[in-house]
Amino acid sequence: MSKANRAILALALGAAAGLGLATSAGAQQKEVLIGMQCDRTGATQITGVVLCPAMHDYYDLINAGGGVEGYTIKADEIDNEYKVPQAVEAYQRQKQEGAVLMTLYGTPMTVALNQRLEEDKIATTSPGFGIAAAADGTRYPYLFPIAATYWSQGAAAVQFVKDKLGGNLKGKKIAYVFYDNPAGKEPMPIIEELQKREGFELRTFAVPPPGVEVGAQVLDIAQRYRPDFVIAHLFGRSPAAAIKAFKSNGYPLSKVVGLVWASSEADIDAAGGFGVAEGYHAMQFAGAGDDYPVRQQIKAMYKKAGKEPLDLMDKNTVYYNRGLLQAAIHVEGIRNALKANGGKAPTGTEIKNGFEQIRDFTLGGLVPPLEITPTDHEGGGWVQVFQVKGGKFVKETDWFRAYRDVVEHALKTAE
Amino acid sequence: MFHRESGVFKTSYAADMALYPLPIAKWAVAAFAGLFIVIVPLTLGEYYVSILDLILIAIVGALGLNILVGYTGQISIGHGAFMSVGAYTAANLVTRLDAPFWITIPAGGLMAALIGAIVGIPSLRIKGIYLAIATLAAQLIIEWTINHVPAISGGVQASIQVPRPSFFGVQLKSQTQLYMFLMAFAVLAIIGTSNLVRSRIGRAFIAVRDQDIAAEIIGISTFRYKLLAFAISSFYAGVTGVLYTYYLGIANYEQFQITVSIDYLAMIIIGGLGSILGSIFGAAFVTLLPIVTRWFLESFGGLIFSAADLANIIPNLRLILFGGLIIFFLVVEPEGLNRLWRNIRNYFRVWPFSY
Repeated sequence: MSKANRAILALALGAAAGLGLATSAGAQQKEVLIGMQCDRTGATQITGVVLCPAMHDYYDLINAGGGVEGYTIKADEIDNEYKVPQAVEAYQRQKQEGAVLMTLYGTPMTVALNQRLEEDKIATTSPGFGIAAAADGTRYPYLFPIAATYWSQGAAAVQFVKDKLGGNLKGKKIAYVFYDNPAGKEPMPIIEELQKREGFELRTFAVPPPGVEVGAQVLDIAQRYRPDFVIAHLFGRSPAAAIKAFKSNGYPLSKVVGLVWASSEADIDAAGGFGVAEGYHAMQFAGAGDDYPVRQQIKAMYKKAGKEPLDLMDKNTVYYNRGLLQAAIHVEGIRNALKANGGKAPTGTEIKNGFEQIRDFTLGGLVPPLEITPTDHEGGGWVQVFQVKGGKFVKETDWFRAYRDVVEHALKTAE
Repeated sequence: MFHRESGVFKTSYAADMALYPLPIAKWAVAAFAGLFIVIVPLTLGEYYVSILDLILIAIVGALGLNILVGYTGQISIGHGAFMSVGAYTAANLVTRLDAPFWITIPAGGLMAALIGAIVGIPSLRIKGIYLAIATLAAQLIIEWTINHVPAISGGVQASIQVPRPSFFGVQLKSQTQLYMFLMAFAVLAIIGTSNLVRSRIGRAFIAVRDQDIAAEIIGISTFRYKLLAFAISSFYAGVTGVLYTYYLGIANYEQFQITVSIDYLAMIIIGGLGSILGSIFGAAFVTLLPIVTRWFLESFGGLIFSAADLANIIPNLRLILFGGLIIFFLVVEPEGLNRLWRNIRNYFRVWPFSY
């Protein structure tokens, strides 16, 4: 084949692909399209590969049960590779296809698209990441963190430490070890504010990206600083590296609490298994483990279809359950929107209003007692702490939240 | 672009150096300009215009990197960081002084040029892979600085929201309006580069690239021209950063990390080092390839895989295809898409009477 022929062949293939797209773009009646952005291949794929299948499972479960108020849910997933240009393209494409509700993935992508969301009036969730200030619904009307922001997590972590140390933090030493990026630094103002109020001693330890080298920081904490408790806010591979390092330096893991992205089975496994991490406290914004009716329903759905449920469902309950939480909140938002508008195809604004009516929806304990309002898109900032005990996560506290006045003050004064 | 002459009939240097070797070249460029400036934004849907917007931004950045890497032969892995310098300069000017875009864009570019010239200093002593590491250091230092200096980054989040640019009181909001805005700068960048490389400076760059000692002997100050190349290239990068900031409405340092620098290097290597058309091809190729492979897989993947598998397969296969196609194109034509295009043109030059 000559070069020109090859070029023509390439063009023909491209044209064929375009044609295929055109034929597949026809939409059906009575359908709500959800635009999903996932990260199954990028920097945080460890989360994406579990979270996104879980969301699909939940939508399938809802559709198998007749949909929402007569509408079926269609979820269009695009992998953004944790890159901003891809996220912009994915957003525009899903918008063109008529998505009225979206879920973004990744903090840089969320901040990059935030302004568009408002202009296009598309209700969007960003659970557990993005900007903490987005909890303020008056300033970010279309963005819904729906889970505890880093500010709420930081406040809850201090409360948890206080309870563990006997209800008084005066004179106690707390180490805050964090991934050195904006998300890692975000809880810091809250913790510093609480330091003044509670009178504990605080020292911060930054872990530079990519976060796999935590040895020096952990050594510093375990051997030199010797705090009474450690709050770890790490992402990606660094929670596992940190757990391993604490263990090898002989610092008791029962004095370490990890915020929500340092809290999954994947982190424990990568650290060397549950035996190594015995005692470690893990903060969650969705329930961990298998004891929730919705998980049994999904397993039953698979069984009915003669298939095995995904093996990651039991292997990584933390991220799987977070996917369920996110999908369930979407469905509730759509349900409220459809109830309010009498069953017409919902708009983004109607779904936004639907989200803002969500309360008393716990999905059998998997979802915290959220109360999303037009001003509070975080839903209260609830978390739960689980402890690694005897080879699994054991629930240690019920849903709780703490120091709301400090968090609310931070929200009001955020630039 | 599309013109073809049947032989070389030039009789003067002026004719040889002309920007348009034949009248038809002028018409072809005019037709292209008409197509992309008038017809495309009026006819294409918002989604397609948004893809073109991303390409236009990438073109400016790729041209800048090509001036440095392709024309002057200095490797840089710090292009993304120079973009962030421009982006944060503009974002601070907008939020603090309410500066309009015709101030912020040159200001962002100039600030990036200044930083770029400083970062370029090691190029006076080292070359090749050593220089690459020095610029990599610059990338990390700039990232760290932005991340840790609140006066630049605007706080813990390291992101500054910027209102969209206004043009005579009209805020450019829709994708089509932004397309026209970005197009203006992309055209300026293309014209600027094509004139730059035909000037004394451009030829000095090429001389430095081909053999810097020889260049010095014939009277070219490598000190001046290497730093100038870094400054000009960084100016383009800075402008790219500002355009990106205006396009997204926010400056965020995570948008300019090392992967971005590598993406831009990929663009100019795939497109063709030392060519303007190559930069455009490369920018379009790297932006479009993930999108096109995804369309392709969505359209035909369903024939082989189930829907649940497909959700997991598409993103992974897309990366494999992306890498595979880059290798394929570089094996077919190591000098990039620009050379491939010239080969096709040469084939048709005397077609159908090839022999």
